[in-house]
Amino acid sequence: MPLFREPEGGAGVAIRATLKRDLVLLMRRRSEVLNPLVFFALVITLFPIGISPDPELLAIIAPGLLWVAALLAALLSLDSLFRSDYDDGSLEQLLLSPQPLPALALAKVAVHWLLTGLPLALMAPLLGIMLSLPAGSYVVLALSLALGSASLSLIGAIGAALTVGLSRGGVLLSLLVLPLYIPVLIFGAGAVQAAILGDGVSAHLAILGALLAMALSLAPWAIAASLRISING
Amino acid sequence: MWAFIHKLGSPKWFYAISARLQPWFWVAAAVLILVGSAWGLAFAPADYQQGNSFRIIYVHVPAAFLAQSIFVSMAVAGFIFMVWKIKIADMAAAMMAPLGAAMTFVALFSGAVWGVPTWGTWWMWDARLTSMLILLFLYFGVIALRGAFSSRDSASRAASVLAMVGVINIPIIKYSVDWWYTLHQPATFSVTSRPAMPVEMWAPLLIMVLGFYCFFIALTLMRTRSEILRREASKHWVRELAGEVK
Amino acid sequence: MSLRLQARKLACERDDRWLFRELDLDIHAGEIVRVEGPNGSGKTTLLKILSGQLADFQGELYWNDHPMRRTRQDFLANLLYLGHAPGVKAALTPLENLAWYQALAGESDDETARFAALAAVGLVGFEDLPAGQLSAGQQRRVALARLELIPRPLWVLDEPFTAIDRDGVADLESRLVAHARRGGCVLVTTHHELADSPALRRIRLGQGGDDAAR
Repeated sequence: MPLFREPEGGAGVAIRATLKRDLVLLMRRRSEVLNPLVFFALVITLFPIGISPDPELLAIIAPGLLWVAALLAALLSLDSLFRSDYDDGSLEQLLLSPQPLPALALAKVAVHWLLTGLPLALMAPLLGIMLSLPAGSYVVLALSLALGSASLSLIGAIGAALTVGLSRGGVLLSLLVLPLYIPVLIFGAGAVQAAILGDGVSAHLAILGALLAMALSLAPWAIAASLRISING
Repeated sequence: MWAFIHKLGSPKWFYAISARLQPWFWVAAAVLILVGSAWGLAFAPADYQQGNSFRIIYVHVPAAFLAQSIFVSMAVAGFIFMVWKIKIADMAAAMMAPLGAAMTFVALFSGAVWGVPTWGTWWMWDARLTSMLILLFLYFGVIALRGAFSSRDSASRAASVLAMVGVINIPIIKYSVDWWYTLHQPATFSVTSRPAMPVEMWAPLLIMVLGFYCFFIALTLMRTRSEILRREASKHWVRELAGEVK
Repeated sequence: MSLRLQARKLACERDDRWLFRELDLDIHAGEIVRVEGPNGSGKTTLLKILSGQLADFQGELYWNDHPMRRTRQDFLANLLYLGHAPGVKAALTPLENLAWYQALAGESDDETARFAALAAVGLVGFEDLPAGQLSAGQQRRVALARLELIPRPLWVLDEPFTAIDRDGVADLESRLVAHARRGGCVLVTTHHELADSPALRRIRLGQGGDDAAR
């Protein structure tokens, strides 16, 4: 074996390998993928019990309920985003690789969205039926959640990266991240409401898209900087 | 210029120069706040709609201004600390955070008190109050994060990153909350968007705002000075100051 | 190839206590540098600083005579770091673990090389078991297989002998010596006494940091 070989595979190879690795890891611990979904369904079950089974009332609050519950479910899974990598030492290896850290972090966030945000978005219409969500808003619900949860994953990953070195980071993570989630919640739930009222939803979805574009361009750098801080101890 | 910034970054030099600046800001703050409140509370005309209850604006608006400005200053200080490793900037940021949270609380509280005669209730999901509430949570986040780290350097850098992330989000939050508010309560009377005030009303308000800013600068200088002594306690110049060594 | 890691006036403070101060280091190709000292003397911290992970220290690092800040990318491309935690995913097999490391290091995807690396650390027959089912020593060997897999001249190893049996220790020690002889460079902390060799050099960290003797 030679003493040194110039790294020939570029960042693309490392990003693809990281995507694959995280997907395989999550598929082998399926409960971690399922837990947020079960949580989502459970929280939605609580509301009719706690408020009223009246379909008309439920229909009014359904968009907000579905969005808030999905947001909390996505938040629930965030703490584990970097936690196991931090605990077993893979995170320091990730930081010491001669590859761009923001891109690698982005790959991890993409896997998180793929196995948390996307399933939540696909499941939401089902729960919408249970809350007698008016017809015609189901596609918008799923679409707004799919789009919005990507932003949530990106913003949340900053918080997860900042708290990964702390032994009890979970509650702190919610405190850091939830205020930053508010714009996404406003426009996400707003899109569903607009669909119910029959207004155009393209403006809402466009703003959600703009928020996602901004999160995509800025969050990876913040995540990388935060990981570097956390590894410092 | 460059040399000046680095000099300002030296704790010893900052400690000396701030000692000379500090009293001026205290005096200015006291005079401005005194004049502003006397004028605003006693001499400014009553509002044609709200009567005398509008006078709470002389606390509410300066506090709200300061609450936002402090967050921005905190983020700027965090940026300076991260890029140029100037520790003074971080000390100032650490000292600003509780004051900013307090100002946000004052703005919220005065808004709630104002709500009683205006809306007949202590709390209304008014756009400005809602934004202020979110800002308060952002402050709590920064303060809690700084407190959670055992290493001071990590705590400082984490708080700086969070302040910068927060400051990018504040305008987005503000814009979306405004949008949300107009969507849901288009008919409600808003205390903040109103026809132009006569000069007798806004002149004292301006004085109060300036007074609050001077108070903020004076208090931050004072607290940063004591933080310098705490962090640099083992340094020679501080021990000299304390008379421990000659 | 040239290889030179230098530290000038390194100082690190933790919890108002100096771990070390005024530490000057020169680490060249062909050397095994063992960092010694009692528990809590800052061995791991020093290795983390020298591998570019910690920012919270005073002093300056140089890689091949350039300040580390400017040559970080080149430095990382030459570095292989093995920390306290092995960095092995319990849910992945040793082969999968190594595949990720291979890609991360910019190596081409080469399964034969991975099998060979695992064979070199005595894990023949365990390649396809989840690493979580292996013993602590075997997991450590998976991490050590990276030394065989990824060609890097500068090795920074934090307690690499932990949990390894006697044969494994002897193998690893001769591996370090061979690496130094070929012009590589090893920076290591360990409680295991390394056999004297001309390449071996010691750095002692003590209390309060008046240290850095040969």
